[in-house]
Amino acid sequence: MDTPRADAPPLLDIRGLTKSFAAQRALDGVDLTLRAGEIHALLGENGAGKSTLIKAATGIIARDAGTIRLDGREIDPKSGAEAVATGIATVYQEVNLLPNLSVAENLYLGRQPTRFGLVRSAEMRRNARALLAGFGLDIDVAAPLADYSVAIQHICAIARSVDLSARVLILDEPTASLDVHEVEILFRVMRELKSRGIGIVFVTHFLDQVYAICDRITVLRNGRLVGERPVAGLPKLELVRMMLGRELAEVETRRPERDAVAADTSMPLARFDAFGRSRYVEPFELVLRRGTVVGLAGLLGSGRTETARLVFGAEAADCGTATVDGTTVRIGSPRDAVRHGFGFCPEERKTEGIVAELTVRENIVLALQARRGWTRPLPRREQDEITARFIRLLDIRPADPDRPIGLLSGATSRRCCLPAGWRPIRAC
Amino acid sequence: MSRRHLPVAVTTAVFLAGFLFCSLQFENFASTRVVMNLLTDNAFLGILAVGMTFVIISGGIDLSVGSVIGFTTIFLALAIGSWGMPPLIAFVLVLAICAAFGATMGALIHHLEMPPFIVTLAGMFLARGAAFLMSTESIPIDAELYSQIASFSVRLPGGGRLRIIAMIMLATFLVGGLLLHFTRFGTNVYALGGSRSATTLMGVRTGPTTIAVYMLSSLLAGLSGIVFSFYTGAGYSLAAVGVELDTIAAVVIGGTLLTGGAGTIFGTFVGLLIMGLIQTYITFDGTLSSWWAKIATGMLLFAFIAFQQMMSGLSGRLPGRLVARTPK
Repeated sequence: MDTPRADAPPLLDIRGLTKSFAAQRALDGVDLTLRAGEIHALLGENGAGKSTLIKAATGIIARDAGTIRLDGREIDPKSGAEAVATGIATVYQEVNLLPNLSVAENLYLGRQPTRFGLVRSAEMRRNARALLAGFGLDIDVAAPLADYSVAIQHICAIARSVDLSARVLILDEPTASLDVHEVEILFRVMRELKSRGIGIVFVTHFLDQVYAICDRITVLRNGRLVGERPVAGLPKLELVRMMLGRELAEVETRRPERDAVAADTSMPLARFDAFGRSRYVEPFELVLRRGTVVGLAGLLGSGRTETARLVFGAEAADCGTATVDGTTVRIGSPRDAVRHGFGFCPEERKTEGIVAELTVRENIVLALQARRGWTRPLPRREQDEITARFIRLLDIRPADPDRPIGLLSGATSRRCCLPAGWRPIRAC
Repeated sequence: MSRRHLPVAVTTAVFLAGFLFCSLQFENFASTRVVMNLLTDNAFLGILAVGMTFVIISGGIDLSVGSVIGFTTIFLALAIGSWGMPPLIAFVLVLAICAAFGATMGALIHHLEMPPFIVTLAGMFLARGAAFLMSTESIPIDAELYSQIASFSVRLPGGGRLRIIAMIMLATFLVGGLLLHFTRFGTNVYALGGSRSATTLMGVRTGPTTIAVYMLSSLLAGLSGIVFSFYTGAGYSLAAVGVELDTIAAVVIGGTLLTGGAGTIFGTFVGLLIMGLIQTYITFDGTLSSWWAKIATGMLLFAFIAFQQMMSGLSGRLPGRLVARTPK
């Protein structure tokens, strides 16, 4: 496999990209240089501006300033479709394909082979099989896309983009919902594309993956460019320091608390015994103690999401018991769960976690208000106090309580669903 | 059989069972005569339903189609009777007006991002109002073409007559099926109903598709109006009031999801036959009030929507499918 030469002319060259939302600078003069046959990691904390950069570079949102060059020629895509036409394709974490169409239709939508205006389905399916075979995939292409796992859907999205003669492929957190095995399949596909001379911008939060597959990195922080480095020879600590903007040691000083918590044998806050729902999740045990974080690990489809939904009552359990503060309770609906002090930050944030049209403040107090009932509105002063507290506590940026939550970055708006039904706010 | 085809299969089974039930109850029911009359009486509804299938699969709704029929019939009556226009020219003219009307609604829906419900509701009032403006009376259409069309039919064994308007409807279903299931445009319609934003991101221009869908619906409503004028031999601005809802019912009973993204032309055809069957049953019975047809249709609709809901609920919960579940 060729490693890209440093003196090769850049495939994609973004200079001084700037974008503001209302009065807030989301991107401030950011540069990004991508060479042919290179896998380039775009890194940064949540809200650093990675998604904005991608959207502004591909014309999904209009940029305020900055130039984009592809092969030295200046381009100015006005829409995602135009970007694809010029050779820049993006695959998002939430796969933007059509679950109701077949795999083959998804691969060839808008460019199906036709004769006398009629789609030649057999030829299309044959092409689709051949195309996917190039990515090591052998599946029934006539079945609806929804029948396949997210990993396969990702590969279908990549296959479609590459087949559309993409020279630049942007992968926006493709690995976030994949398991280890699936990530390996994706990496194999990425290496194959790299050897074909395609430039890949790879957004991820997993530093191991950066070291496993990337050639260079570009780091953003608070909408500004921190720097660009080759991955080889870059110490991990240095990388983390670039992303966080502070020394890692500072972060690590908080470690010891964890051991203290682990030793805690007092009564658990909540426990679930033989909790389950037939045909949904097998009965499980779960013990939650004060001040602890319990991670639910497992492969895609192993039931992580289902377990969380069951605990929160989004699906009603049909066996087992739930105990909160030592008393057995019934959690048959999210309303029950909130009453017992549970909060839920759903996987499908956009559709389940927030009301995009409402402001940050309204979203934060929504669950609290719901618990008080509509006859006792929360005084505005109290709403402002609570919101200010959570903005500080959760480091919500931009710290503007009156901004519609749909305008915030994905990760930031996810934080805003955290306060819903949180126990401490009852004390406010 | 895949999950995708189950709704259509159920609809077809319901129709066959219903037809069998009627045949057992009434002696002369299972005849070409009854079937042909069913096609003739529901020809205009069937043509509308083809257009509505496209609209609903694309994730929209078209409430204006009934009013467009009213407009078309009164326009034809005046154009042929009062203005002395040859019928064929009048047909072409009215179809052009209807197509432009639908394209305008589609453009509003796409460019102003307005809900189809509101835009086509406005279109419904507009078309009905325009019809009333031309004339409030029922005007008989007296043209040679009309009597020729009324008298022409293909005689089938068993005494049934396949009339021109039934042929037009069957041809509409055929062409509609071809367009929806075998062209790029058809796939784009499904794509639009699946996810508008994903369709845009995949580089399909949603504007032309949206405009074409509503244009097609209004064009077919115009054709349906022409057929309706053949059927009644008159133009009346109050013609086909409320028919848009019958059309939606036929499409939904035919297995098309009201949320868009799924459905078939064949299903719509069977949905139409079921609604016609109910009507025919009541005619045969003779003692039932014709309003029972509405009640039966309502109950069927409930049953089908409940069934669809159950299906989509199941597909997300079967253990074998958890792995494959995808974010919408």
